[in-house]
Amino acid sequence: MNPINEVKLEFVSKSCNEAFARVVAAAFVSQIDPNIEELADVKTAVSEAVTNAIIHGYENEKGLVKMVCKLYEDAVEISVSDEGKGIEDIEKAREPMYTSRPDMERSGMGFTVMESFMDRVEVASEVGKGTTVTMFKTFKSVRGKNDAPKQ
Amino acid sequence: MNIKLSNRGNTLVATLNGELDHHTAEYIRQKLDAEMLKSTTQNMVLDFSKVTFMDSSGIGVVMGRYKNIQKLNGKMALAGVNDKIKRIFEMSGLMKLISAYDSIDEAINKM
Repeated sequence: MNPINEVKLEFVSKSCNEAFARVVAAAFVSQIDPNIEELADVKTAVSEAVTNAIIHGYENEKGLVKMVCKLYEDAVEISVSDEGKGIEDIEKAREPMYTSRPDMERSGMGFTVMESFMDRVEVASEVGKGTTVTMFKTFKSVRGKNDAPKQ
Repeated sequence: MNIKLSNRGNTLVATLNGELDHHTAEYIRQKLDAEMLKSTTQNMVLDFSKVTFMDSSGIGVVMGRYKNIQKLNGKMALAGVNDKIKRIFEMSGLMKLISAYDSIDEAINKM
């Protein structure tokens, strides 16, 4: 299945860009007209992934966060990457309530939220090299709606 | 995001307005903690009715304040939590610890 549209975005790891990234993702996805709940799900998941890149990947140091969105007829794939410190134990990082930064009042629910709001979440990481989180979601409200024959 | 603070007796009422994420959480945390230090407040009501977006950063903000309030033997309640925000709070088990009410008045009366 080939994407019908694709966007790549690279931005500095500043926390104010968390809002920017999730708004961009939602605006891009809105091309296929998902409902408001589905758009909000995407925004929340992107916010979690970008926050992780900034806090954990770069540990609030300066770096570049990359977001790639691939749009399908009724679905989206979004990957968020950093070239930061990487995750030693991915399984542990994905456990609900686990956080490496309790000092920052982080709840350890980031991956749980991503998993709950998207259909599939994949994590690839190498210590010292960085992390890529890839999330996939099918929009049930869109399914079939865009099947009308193209001119 | 901005925050509106008012006192009702020994209860601090904070209305959050806007998007609550990691970026804005730090500001909210500081505002709330500073207010708790300077006032004779014992209880806290956090009003979410004007929060237009929240990610898991909101859990940390609420849990952190809850711990502080507990040290003062105070009570904490939430108001105006919509379904979307509730879903995130519920994932963390926070709703088992802190009651949520429809309005600020109801929270103050029943907490």
